[in-house]
Amino acid sequence: MDARTPDSIRYVAKNMRLDLRLIAEMIPAGAKVLDIGCGDGALLAHLTAEKGADARGIEIDMAAATQAVAQGLAVIHGDADHDLAFYPDGAFDYVVLSRTLQAVERPREVLRQMLRIGRHAIVSFPNFGHWLVRWQLLWTGRMPMTETWHRPWHETPNIHPCTIRDFFDLCALDGYVVEQWLAVDERGLKAPWKRSVSLANLFGEQALFQLRRG
Amino acid sequence: MPAPIAPFPQVDHQRALFPEGLALDCGMVIRPLAVAYRTYGTLNAARSNAVLVCHALTGDQYVAERHPLTGRPGWWESIVGPGKPIDTDRFFVICANVLGGCMGSTGPREEMTDAEGRGLGRPWGTDFPNITIRDMVRAQKKLVEHLGIRRLLGVVGGSMGGMQVLEWAATFPETVFGAAPIATAAYHSAQNIAFHEVGRAAIHADPDWKGGRYWEDGRVPARGLSVARMVAHITYLSEKALTRKFGRRLRGASAVTFLEDVFEVESYLRHQGSTFVRRFDANSYLTITRAMDYFDLAAEHGGDLASAFRGTATRFFVASFSSDWLFPTEESRAIVRALNAAAANVSFVEIASDKGHDAFLLDEPDFHRALGGFLAGCADRVGV
Repeated sequence: MDARTPDSIRYVAKNMRLDLRLIAEMIPAGAKVLDIGCGDGALLAHLTAEKGADARGIEIDMAAATQAVAQGLAVIHGDADHDLAFYPDGAFDYVVLSRTLQAVERPREVLRQMLRIGRHAIVSFPNFGHWLVRWQLLWTGRMPMTETWHRPWHETPNIHPCTIRDFFDLCALDGYVVEQWLAVDERGLKAPWKRSVSLANLFGEQALFQLRRG
Repeated sequence: MPAPIAPFPQVDHQRALFPEGLALDCGMVIRPLAVAYRTYGTLNAARSNAVLVCHALTGDQYVAERHPLTGRPGWWESIVGPGKPIDTDRFFVICANVLGGCMGSTGPREEMTDAEGRGLGRPWGTDFPNITIRDMVRAQKKLVEHLGIRRLLGVVGGSMGGMQVLEWAATFPETVFGAAPIATAAYHSAQNIAFHEVGRAAIHADPDWKGGRYWEDGRVPARGLSVARMVAHITYLSEKALTRKFGRRLRGASAVTFLEDVFEVESYLRHQGSTFVRRFDANSYLTITRAMDYFDLAAEHGGDLASAFRGTATRFFVASFSSDWLFPTEESRAIVRALNAAAANVSFVEIASDKGHDAFLLDEPDFHRALGGFLAGCADRVGV
């Protein structure tokens, strides 16, 4: 829609996390996208610059939100639990929530809102079913501390951890269609356990799902 | 009792005159219409780089230059200028004195005219019609057309200026590419109306006001107007800012003497009041505060704020300041939510500041970066 892309946006887009690249691959050109928890707007910048998307964001951290706005991106300071309710039905083609689902107050409601305002939802979350997490809890009897789950239980913002299996169950419960899914390692590289949920649940550090309403 | 203060001197302001006048929301037509304005920077050949700045209640068109009356720097020189967030090297910046103002635009201080536009040899005074924020915006629209500009790259303003920005975006969406309402609200709250009423009551209670006809004997209701300014000034600051600036310090003494003690904060407010009356007209103050009180954008659109923006292609940048209790963040958030409901393109930040409502005029680097980034983004997209 926009004739030109500001240079500042091109700059941010170049420095995008690998897992965001995987998400970007799922989104077709020209889509209307809402990125919840967009940080400094790397994914938005990429989608705007490379895919001509109408990309908007919500970010809870004020410094990051200000940074994104200063790049000329359409980002509002807000959060998933409180701000999604104000968007109209079907306002977006894709609504993205990356590495944030486990930190929201009401994950089930957030998912419901995402699929109300968007035709597709793309969700990534750290998999609590990873073997190292299981092993640490079993062997030490304490809350796991890994590269992904690296904050002590009393400080972590991740109040709703789940496993890949749990997430499939929630999708079934609420009637969402899993259009595609994959398990990835911490750096966002695809892992080869796509065929087996059990293996993915054991060896995938992060999970990435694309859903639609049933 | 202080010596009577004469009306401030006449200054020749740059003006555009519209003989056809302006039809007001109250049903009256005011003619001719004069709009006093200043511009900064250069309009490009495509006429696509114009940014309109809307001033607040007691501001005026002298946004980025020495004020001809007070000799003080422009009220938004930190924002408007070469290399500043509203970059006059890149943008053609326009700022107009609002309808009802007292710096050269049609208002209570200007000569009253009859229905045919003939001068009546006396100022409007309190006979000036009740105006609205939308009337102010319609007057600015005439100026913008007069300057040959079809679409404004940006409309930017804080406080009452922000109300005008919202009204611009709602009334003339095709004319506004980017809108930046700052430290404002989509309606004037009961608390804000109440503070305004205290100010108006102070003016009304001043015997020098003479039912609004103070111009007859060349005086101004200085006591009433200065009290109005003092009250209003408190609402522009935060408790923390007052404490930081003045605390409980006394003027010329280290301890209370129970004689003629003057707290620093008292002295500051008196100074604010006494300088204000030398540059602002009391009847203008009454007219403009009333226009702010009338403002309720949702009510103009059937009670639903989102419907004021439905289908808009305008990009929005909304900003609030955490310690602003006159136009609190919740009011900005309500605007953002309405814009979201209308599927509008919107950015929003709440800037952490302890400086109260005044923060939008002061040195707030995060705010400046965000506003500058928003406008630069608009300019890149339009190809300016």
